[in-house]
Amino acid sequence: MKFQTPHSVEDAVAILVADPDARVLAGGTDLLVRLRAGHMTPSAVVDIKRINGMRDITSENGGWRIGAGVACAEMGEHAALKADYPGVVEGAELIGSTQVQGRCTVVGNLCNAGPAGDSVPALVAAGATVRVAGPNGTRDVDVIDIPTAPGKTSLKEGEFVTSVFLPARAANSSDAYLRFIPRTEMDIAVVGCAVNLTLDDAGVVTAASMSLGAVGPKVKQVDASALVGSTCDDAAVEALAAAATAAATPIDDKRGTIAFRKDVSGVLAKRAARAAYTRAKGAST
Amino acid sequence: MSRIHVNTTINGDAVDYLCEAEDTLLDVLRDQLDLTGSKEGCASGDCGACTVELDGRLVCSCLVLGAEAGGRTVNTIEGMADGDVLHPLQKNFIEKAALQCGICTPGILVAAKNLLDHNPDPSEEEVRYWLAGNLCRCTGYDKIIRAVLDTAAEMRGAA
Repeated sequence: MKFQTPHSVEDAVAILVADPDARVLAGGTDLLVRLRAGHMTPSAVVDIKRINGMRDITSENGGWRIGAGVACAEMGEHAALKADYPGVVEGAELIGSTQVQGRCTVVGNLCNAGPAGDSVPALVAAGATVRVAGPNGTRDVDVIDIPTAPGKTSLKEGEFVTSVFLPARAANSSDAYLRFIPRTEMDIAVVGCAVNLTLDDAGVVTAASMSLGAVGPKVKQVDASALVGSTCDDAAVEALAAAATAAATPIDDKRGTIAFRKDVSGVLAKRAARAAYTRAKGAST
Repeated sequence: MSRIHVNTTINGDAVDYLCEAEDTLLDVLRDQLDLTGSKEGCASGDCGACTVELDGRLVCSCLVLGAEAGGRTVNTIEGMADGDVLHPLQKNFIEKAALQCGICTPGILVAAKNLLDHNPDPSEEEVRYWLAGNLCRCTGYDKIIRAVLDTAAEMRGAA
């Protein structure tokens, strides 16, 4: 195995095009486990963290661009990012331990394409996009279109994700992410739910989006229109919960049954909606 | 295949080594540099026994390639005591019996020191969450948590 440290996106793409068995290394918290277990034997590891911008969080068109090498802990330490997207950041900060958070990245979490990735639902609810670099230049792709099935992505040969972009926040907007795990820390989501809301000055929801993790082969976008026009009152939140339960298509496994996961999807939808609503209101006063 | 030459800084000293692309930082520390304080428990980032600081941030050295450490700063358990003078965390772990077999102890000490460097007055809950990635199969954690909290109080008082 070779170890490569390209200093430009173009050089990284050239390596990946020339060597289809090469694998991209960002935080390494999934890749190294697979290497170690012998589940993967790449011809080369391409460390993208030495490329300019890969480790930066930058303001762009009123939103945020997060490089593919930014550790989740660094997102948690970025006060302005956290103020705009507390739900995205709390998802990122639920991955693994303190030590894992010092290395793991949201782009890695996305491209790992695990159905239960904790940072992915809030990115989807936020309408985030990723920038994909490849032999034909760069393209921007909606986050939800990157994973296609467990462990599979829509990335083509020679392509890799260089950053994720969170759009500019409208006034009175916020988000929240909650997951259910049987422990209190260091576990994989049995269900994850993100809700992203925008309110008007009177506290009425004008835009709402919701996303579920771990209840299907990939992250799910769920219709959250039940909240629009409401003040997140009990009836609206119950309707949202029903939509979440109906949309969830989980499997039965040792971590939870289908019925349990569908029920928890509704419970988390309610709680995440109320948390996002409280935050969005707080942002307006 | 030629080995990779890496220049780095470990516990304040300039260090260089040759490693294979597959070698983890933990492999290099233990097998090449004789820094065997960092332990291999799970080799999958779950147990925290190999915890070190990389550019001041806690990482599992089993999830870092040795080749990645070039030009960066690594701090291990071997750098914690000042010569023969133990760090207050080390002293308190001994005095308060916050260890039994000792395999998890170096990783917990490195992680706890990193916490106290950033947050001199953590709550019990903050200590427990911070150390959630450091597994101990002997102590039941309570003495560890108390030793960290007592050390924090002692260090604040001494300052």
